[in-house]
Amino acid sequence: MATIEMKHIVKKYGDGFPAVNDVSIDVADGEFLILVGPSGCGKSTLLRMIVGLEDITDGDMLIGGERVNDLAPRDRNLSMVFQNYALYPHLTVYENIAFPLRLAKVSEKEIDEKVREASKTLDLDEHLERKPANLSGGQRQRVAMGRAIVREAKAFLFDEPLSNLDAKLRGQMRTEIARLQKKLGITTVYVTHDQTEAMTLGDRVAVMKRGVLQQLASPRELYEQPVNLFVAGFIGSPPMNFLPATVEGTEVTLPFGTFPLPADKAERTAGKGLLMAGVRPEHFEDVSVIGEGEVDSSRTFKAHIDVREWLGDQQYAYVPYEAEATVQDQLKELARESDSDSLRTQLVVSLDASSKAEEDADTTLFIDTDQMHLFDPSSGENLTVGL
Amino acid sequence: MTTTEARPTSHKPSKPPKAPDSDRSRSENRLALKLVALPLALMLLVTAFPMLRALYLSLFDYSLTAPDDRTFIGLSNYVTALTDGLFWRDTLITVFIMVVTVSFELVIGFAFAMVMHKVIFARGVIRTSILIPYGVITVVSGFAWQFAFSNTNGFVNSWLPFIDTDFNWFAEQGSSLVAIMASEIWKTTPFMSLLLLAGLAQVSEDMIEAAKVDGATWFQRLYKVILPNMRAAIMVAVLFRALDAYRIFDNIFVMTAGANNTESISFLTYRQVIEQFQLGIGSALSVLLFLSVLVVAAVIVKLFRVDLADARQG
Amino acid sequence: MSNVKERVGTGVGVTLILLWCLLPVAWIVSLSFKSQEAVTNGSPGFFPASGAGAGFDNYKQVLQDDAFLLAIRNSIVVSLSATILSVALATLAAYAIARLEFRGKKFVLTTALVIAMFPVVSLVGPLFDMWRTVGLYDTWWGLMIPYISFTLPLAIWTLSAFFREIPWEMEQAAQVDGATPWQAFRKVIVPLAAPGVFTAAILTFFFAWNDFVFGISLTSTERARPIPAALSFFVGADPFNRPASLLAAAAVVATIPIVVLVLFFQRKIVAGLTAGAVKG
Repeated sequence: MATIEMKHIVKKYGDGFPAVNDVSIDVADGEFLILVGPSGCGKSTLLRMIVGLEDITDGDMLIGGERVNDLAPRDRNLSMVFQNYALYPHLTVYENIAFPLRLAKVSEKEIDEKVREASKTLDLDEHLERKPANLSGGQRQRVAMGRAIVREAKAFLFDEPLSNLDAKLRGQMRTEIARLQKKLGITTVYVTHDQTEAMTLGDRVAVMKRGVLQQLASPRELYEQPVNLFVAGFIGSPPMNFLPATVEGTEVTLPFGTFPLPADKAERTAGKGLLMAGVRPEHFEDVSVIGEGEVDSSRTFKAHIDVREWLGDQQYAYVPYEAEATVQDQLKELARESDSDSLRTQLVVSLDASSKAEEDADTTLFIDTDQMHLFDPSSGENLTVGL
Repeated sequence: MTTTEARPTSHKPSKPPKAPDSDRSRSENRLALKLVALPLALMLLVTAFPMLRALYLSLFDYSLTAPDDRTFIGLSNYVTALTDGLFWRDTLITVFIMVVTVSFELVIGFAFAMVMHKVIFARGVIRTSILIPYGVITVVSGFAWQFAFSNTNGFVNSWLPFIDTDFNWFAEQGSSLVAIMASEIWKTTPFMSLLLLAGLAQVSEDMIEAAKVDGATWFQRLYKVILPNMRAAIMVAVLFRALDAYRIFDNIFVMTAGANNTESISFLTYRQVIEQFQLGIGSALSVLLFLSVLVVAAVIVKLFRVDLADARQG
Repeated sequence: MSNVKERVGTGVGVTLILLWCLLPVAWIVSLSFKSQEAVTNGSPGFFPASGAGAGFDNYKQVLQDDAFLLAIRNSIVVSLSATILSVALATLAAYAIARLEFRGKKFVLTTALVIAMFPVVSLVGPLFDMWRTVGLYDTWWGLMIPYISFTLPLAIWTLSAFFREIPWEMEQAAQVDGATPWQAFRKVIVPLAAPGVFTAAILTFFFAWNDFVFGISLTSTERARPIPAALSFFVGADPFNRPASLLAAAAVVATIPIVVLVLFFQRKIVAGLTAGAVKG
């Protein structure tokens, strides 16, 4: 049990490019912290610096209050689950789990006790004598976890531990990891690029981009109050819609029309020229589902839906629109940064499952501008954060 | 693998460690140097050092039969070697043997590799058989083929219908070279075919099936899909075999001892040094032989644009 | 239909491969059973003519020949020692190359590459001269040293190719689990690398066993002369007419160790030959 403090951590490679740049994060004792970001954002590098597999170019790494920059991995007493599990193929499951204990010269009796306890927790009892090659992906994953929990390490580190599993198993193991962490109450740092894992597992989530920490907050705060365009676009699936917007007085003009904006938001953004409005898909709705009387008609617009995807509990509708070249370029850049592709400028709206909106037809949609965020397009900063 | 992070290990495979290194990478450096020091020293002891010595000795008129008469003569040995027809004749013969044997080995080796790739039954038996020529001592192979071609005890004359039973293969240059190359090709084709087989295994079946669906004939699949994707394997195999063939010595020594103009450049060098004790001119020939191997390697690398680092270092 | 054609084609191909590989071997075995008189008088034909068979006489004579027995002893001692030393050294170097970042890695690899391409004969002169000066001429060490040097590149490549196959994370996992670098090497890498080491050893042994140039140049007597050299000097009573069948018997004896290794370790040898060359 220990805290992990990262103070102004920098990692530079031979070419001088900072893979991790001035990152400071304090992980509280027993906290579950997620490092998330697109590929190449430095999240794994940061994790490997915590565990000592990567040298720290600058800054201080404190584990349990002790500076560990110069300690070898074995002297840091952390345990780690690797993406490919890194099980030892020549050892049985039992010996794999016992490995760290054997290195620590623990007595035979104690090893046996601890291995059996871990195997019970992870439901590996019947596989103890098998070799990793004969196990399924999920079982290997559990063995890797067993090797991590068998030792009383100061913290757990996970490097994309579920990325090699299929979707169903990934869901199960996610819950399993959450349960285990709660039960053991051990400080955990978990790297992932999967935002479902990020949102569901973490007490707090650190979003990184190109080596720089973007936002460190609870999952809810990240979702509801993203500090900039990148975080707003990265967190959430389908992602937040970004639309060119201008605010005059207390009204915001979008490609689909002009809508009233709450006063506090308008105050901060009025007269700032072209902005980027961010609206999540669920902040739209088919007017016919809500019922005529309850709708503020000033916040509705006609949209031409070209594709509709019915998912059972909800449905997505796609509304293409024309945007200026500069806006398109910015949207493309944004999509590229978060590892996705934007093929065309379109609005993604999430409609109630009961909506009868049709493809290739016009539908009246409601837009909840109370939930809208407005971003400065050049800096990407959220001008309406906290509102 | 769908690793998302640019892992430091794969980040820049040969990144030059910068000056302000951490303790860990410095100690890694030190450990590595300790580990490679002895092997490297040994390799250099037996190659670089003698080579430098050969370079030095080549500047002398020096014979072991009269070691005290050693006199410095500058580049005269090189002039002698390069103006003597023998050197060029032997180089030509060596190049001829290299080109012919490697071409045959490539074609036959590829055919073998294709067959082995297709075979599902008895893989073990075939692989075991194909390793036997590879493992057999070259000298033994030389004997076997020499006796096979012999007009007194061999079977080749009686098996080949268009050859007179009394035909003496070792009486003239052309037929002697045929016998020598037969032994060389027999022994080394398996090696070639194994390398090509490994290359073949890396061409994905999906790609070949896609080509089938796209309407490519067997020949088109071979030329447009399989061969281009095996380029690296083919080039490595050719390079290594060619350099090996250029050094041909054992077979010639055993089968003809250089008679009837079948002497290779290696054999010439050997004869000068070991049989005639002419260390001066022999050293000059050694240097020339080494240089010509470098030239051959450079030509092949240039010709086929083989990226050695790519192929070998991976 | 094409299926049948393909299967027939493959069958023919397999037959050709087997003939190619085994016919010359069968021939030398067959020759070794021809009697010496028959060979002197000329006995064309693949199999011994009736009445011209020698049974195991040639083998008996070969195995009573001191020169040949000493050559076998020399070959075994020199090849085995060179193999063990070369592979031990190569294991360390290959580990460094596959796993560690260090200055001069390119240099080591380039050196190994150049040596693998080195025209062995061009070293014979200077080595001959040097070995005579330092007293290594015509000794076991005189052969072992060049064998080690020339098999190191092969062994280093094969091994580093094998080492690279071991997932890099494995060793890091061990370090996180509390292992020192040495423990990580001994407990994780060595067991995983053992098959590769063994393969490299077989290939190295083949090289040493096969060597001819050093064998004839750096030895002069039965004290150190290895089998290939001894075979080439094997001359019967009549120097103009080699005792072909006797030589054949000796050749078969010299080939037996190779065949045994191939029979038992076919899979490993193929893996080793291709590991270093194709994928790298």
